[in-house]
Amino acid sequence: MHNLDAAFSALADPTRRAILTRLATGEATVNELAEPFEMTQPAVSQHLKVLEDAGLIVRRVEGTKRPRRLAKAGIEAMDQWLAMLRKALEANYDRLDEVLAGMEKHKKGKKQ
Amino acid sequence: MSRMTLKTEGDTHVIVTRRFAAPPEAVYRAHTDPKLIQKWLLGPEGWTMPVCINEAKAGGKFRYEWTNGKGGGFHITGELLELEPYNRIVHVERMHLPDPTPDNHIETRFEPDGAGTLMTMRMTLPDGKTRAAMLATGMEHGMEASYVRLEGML
Repeated sequence: MHNLDAAFSALADPTRRAILTRLATGEATVNELAEPFEMTQPAVSQHLKVLEDAGLIVRRVEGTKRPRRLAKAGIEAMDQWLAMLRKALEANYDRLDEVLAGMEKHKKGKKQ
Repeated sequence: MSRMTLKTEGDTHVIVTRRFAAPPEAVYRAHTDPKLIQKWLLGPEGWTMPVCINEAKAGGKFRYEWTNGKGGGFHITGELLELEPYNRIVHVERMHLPDPTPDNHIETRFEPDGAGTLMTMRMTLPDGKTRAAMLATGMEHGMEASYVRLEGML
């Protein structure tokens, strides 16, 4: 990623992360993006500008509409997030491994 | 070591699989006994679950509350729809942030896998937007942990 700092600060905002997650499911217009976040169009446009400047999304011209989609850097960022979610879940299950090992020991201890 | 898989399916599903060295009975119990749940269902480093209620019966309710010890926290409430010891749990849950998110319908299966267990968790969200929002929320907790790690590196 050539503009890593811009990408990183763009990702620091939860609304922008949610917008990227939404775009991961496909192209969307400003109206479509504004709806689930209960935000005004200008507020969403501001977030989109930050994401665009960071190289995470690109726009297309279609009549009066400017649908946005993820750029390659945005797709890579999404992959990284999924990896982070995966990590949080993995931390849970690694702990569960220990809990299960403890249960097994407890059972064996009782039998003796 | 990558024994866990996480993937999306269609527009509304998220599938998680994980293998465990213990038999299905133990893994099932670790998912239904509050004393055991409290030990592992914690998310990123530093989070604890001070409140863990699980009635562990069909039609029963559960409530899990998490805190990061720095004033941050949220809770999940849900209902247990089907319990088949030690094979299967079906439940619905929602996060309170503090407004409740749309229901996440989750089927968890525990199948014998050699001497251990293969767990398959299949989440169904009402629509693609809700799934995207849920993944973004989950990521936020992951993000927090990664920011902390990053601070440690800088």
